Amino acid sequence: MVQKREICFKVFRFDPDRDSKPYFQAYQVPFVRKDLTVLEGLFYIQEKLDNSLAFRSSCRSAVCGSCAMHINGGYGLACNTLVSSLKGNKITIRPLGHMNIIKDLFVDLEPFWKKYEFIKPYLISKTLPSDHERLQSHSERAKLDGLIDCILCGCCYSSCMVTLTKDEYLGPAALLWANRFYVDSRDDAKDERLAIVNVENGVWRCHTIFNCHQSCPKSLNPASCITNLKMKLI
Amino acid sequence: MKPIYHDTIVVGGGLAGLRAALELNRRNVKVALISKVYPLRSHSVAAQGGINAALGNHPRGYYDNWEKHAFDTVKGSDYLADQDAVIRMTKEALERVIELEHWGCPFDRNDEGKIAQRPFGGAGFPRTCYSTDKTGHALLHTLYEQIVKFRQIAERKELVLYNEWLVTKMVVEDGKCIGLIGLDIKSGNLSAFKTNAVIFATGGSGRIYGKTTNALINTGMGMAVPYWSGVPLKDMEFIQFHPTTLVGKNILITEGCRGEGGYLLNNKGERFLEKYKDSEKTMEVAPRDIISRNITKEIMEGGGYEDPADPTSRHVLLDLRHLGEDRIMSRLSGIREICMKFAGIDPVYEPIPVQPGQHYTMGGIDCNIESETQIKGLYVAGEAACVSVHGANRLGGNSLLETIVFGTVAGENAANYTQGTTYGSVPSPTGRRPPRCNNKDNILDDALKCENRKIESILNSNGNENPSNIREELNKLMEENVGIFRNAEALKSALNRIKQLQERYTSISLNYKERRTNLSLMWVLELKGSLDVAEAIIAGALAREESRGSQFRTDFTERNDEDFLKHTLAYFSDEGVRLDYKEVTLGRFEPKAREY
Repeated sequence: MVQKREICFKVFRFDPDRDSKPYFQAYQVPFVRKDLTVLEGLFYIQEKLDNSLAFRSSCRSAVCGSCAMHINGGYGLACNTLVSSLKGNKITIRPLGHMNIIKDLFVDLEPFWKKYEFIKPYLISKTLPSDHERLQSHSERAKLDGLIDCILCGCCYSSCMVTLTKDEYLGPAALLWANRFYVDSRDDAKDERLAIVNVENGVWRCHTIFNCHQSCPKSLNPASCITNLKMKLI
Repeated sequence: MKPIYHDTIVVGGGLAGLRAALELNRRNVKVALISKVYPLRSHSVAAQGGINAALGNHPRGYYDNWEKHAFDTVKGSDYLADQDAVIRMTKEALERVIELEHWGCPFDRNDEGKIAQRPFGGAGFPRTCYSTDKTGHALLHTLYEQIVKFRQIAERKELVLYNEWLVTKMVVEDGKCIGLIGLDIKSGNLSAFKTNAVIFATGGSGRIYGKTTNALINTGMGMAVPYWSGVPLKDMEFIQFHPTTLVGKNILITEGCRGEGGYLLNNKGERFLEKYKDSEKTMEVAPRDIISRNITKEIMEGGGYEDPADPTSRHVLLDLRHLGEDRIMSRLSGIREICMKFAGIDPVYEPIPVQPGQHYTMGGIDCNIESETQIKGLYVAGEAACVSVHGANRLGGNSLLETIVFGTVAGENAANYTQGTTYGSVPSPTGRRPPRCNNKDNILDDALKCENRKIESILNSNGNENPSNIREELNKLMEENVGIFRNAEALKSALNRIKQLQERYTSISLNYKERRTNLSLMWVLELKGSLDVAEAIIAGALAREESRGSQFRTDFTERNDEDFLKHTLAYFSDEGVRLDYKEVTLGRFEPKAREY
């Protein structure tokens, strides 16, 4: 007989309209399938135990970036974190960091998006062939690998020690995208791009702590992108 | 309360919706885009394999052209696609894909530096353009980047985004769409929107099924909202089951794996597709409906793997090992990551356990080749729409293409309609130009009050049904009775059980009664959409007494052109689904037996 095990989800709760301060609430979630994910656990809580729990989700396959949160001491995606990969019988879940709480794990990402938009995240190209594609060699295209995979989930932004202390800092995700367009052989706005990040709260704020690299669920390295931009500026 | 006014509104922030919004803005029409999630979280992001266009960049694609692409699409559709629409799509494919490159889409490249193309199922030439195995992600970001650009140059709020708003109702007056009612998920407040033209681009309804590659947000709500307002759903019985989804989570394992040369193996290690007549020649790159059926047959005949404790885990293997580490890393890196993260398998060293799973709704909101519906001022595009370019079975790489081509078409026509330069090809009851939205505020206000009452009644309900139980039963029912193999008995029973679930829905209740950021309330509202769309799927499948494309009836195993070479139309009514039919537009390609 399969023994029914349970695992405790200790979840951050806060409704700014009703609660004077945040608190943690513990829920028991049955752990019967070995591939149970943290996101599935949260849905069990929301659907079967407590309809009030708020969190975002969409693709459940680690490509949309909706369900980033702080799980047992590290940032990650709830959908691709297997409960079995976590140590102990208790999982502690908090929302993304340095962001205002709308409710529970549902945070206000507007400042994060504003910074992404600030770096002009679109190709600026002054010469276009009329009826065919621009050519790009394998090696030119390869420079985009590891940059275009960013899902803008906010893990790097939340784990960064500089965004913690300096609200205005553009942060690792926005700067990764600045570098993505800078290194694209098709982009004609190199100087403009460098000027955008060559500001007090741009690349120079980065202290190369590499939390962003460590926390990235797609194994990308925003810190090295920032370093690349710094090198071009020197 | 005075409604919020926008010249035009796009509902849905995936590829079709973003492309439509861009087209409206390029034609200098103001637009608001309402999306249930932040646009970059839309399900388009999960598309993997690629987008078809007969560019002829592949050495073996020298003689490819739009006509061959059109033929493959029509044949793949089992001749149910409208041929004028298919030809429009395959002709415009080239311009649209080049445009995406110009906007910065990071396509993979061939040795000449042109956009790389790979072979896909049912295609006569390698014509699927790709960005590794994350093409949807690359395209969605590219289009969203253009949205950001347009917003940065907008002086007068030409492009407004309403992120995390759920549209719950469409308001129709005198056969014209005059507005919408939307729920702001964060605040929980409803608002009325007044507008001249609406484009629905809300994606598919895969979450009606249990085993599906679709995102959790694909509940079918976007199809249900126009359906409730009298717009018919077309060809809903045609549900695509993708042959290769990862066992357990049913995450998509792209057709690109087989396009790149992967093998499907049974439990004896044989490439079993050679045993079946319809896949013996094309093997792993046969169309999806054929491979899904043959995998299911192979499993039923004992050729699959099975965990005795879990009959739903029955599967075959997808073997990529012979492709080698370099090729897997460079072209299928996303698949490797999915396998490692979700199943603990490295496809460089181990085959991937796969099973068929729901993937795509070929059907959708009925529209014509101009993306117009039977309601004036309502346009639809993408998976939510049924033009129809996919007919009874969609070819891989054609869904992304449809979103881009018909997103553009919908935007163009909605712009012309709003600017008053066209009446649209749907005949107007009066024959005159559409009047501006005047005196509609009261009608919208009534609709708003009605929606508010609906929400209050859900929140104040003291019924005893947990909505998640109803959804789970719906999922199971659709898997078991409305899957790859269907018959009258199972479908009739499904129709009865759907009615019971709809009845039980009236006594659902939530243990959280607040409106603010109540995600459970959102899921409950959408569940009603899932139930009603499911009913349309079943009714269509039961009435279509033939086997065509993705619909296989064990009691009617042959295609029957005499009686069923026609589109199903399902109309919503309080008594249940009312069915009607519509001619298929034939033309260049004569219907023939579909052999590969």
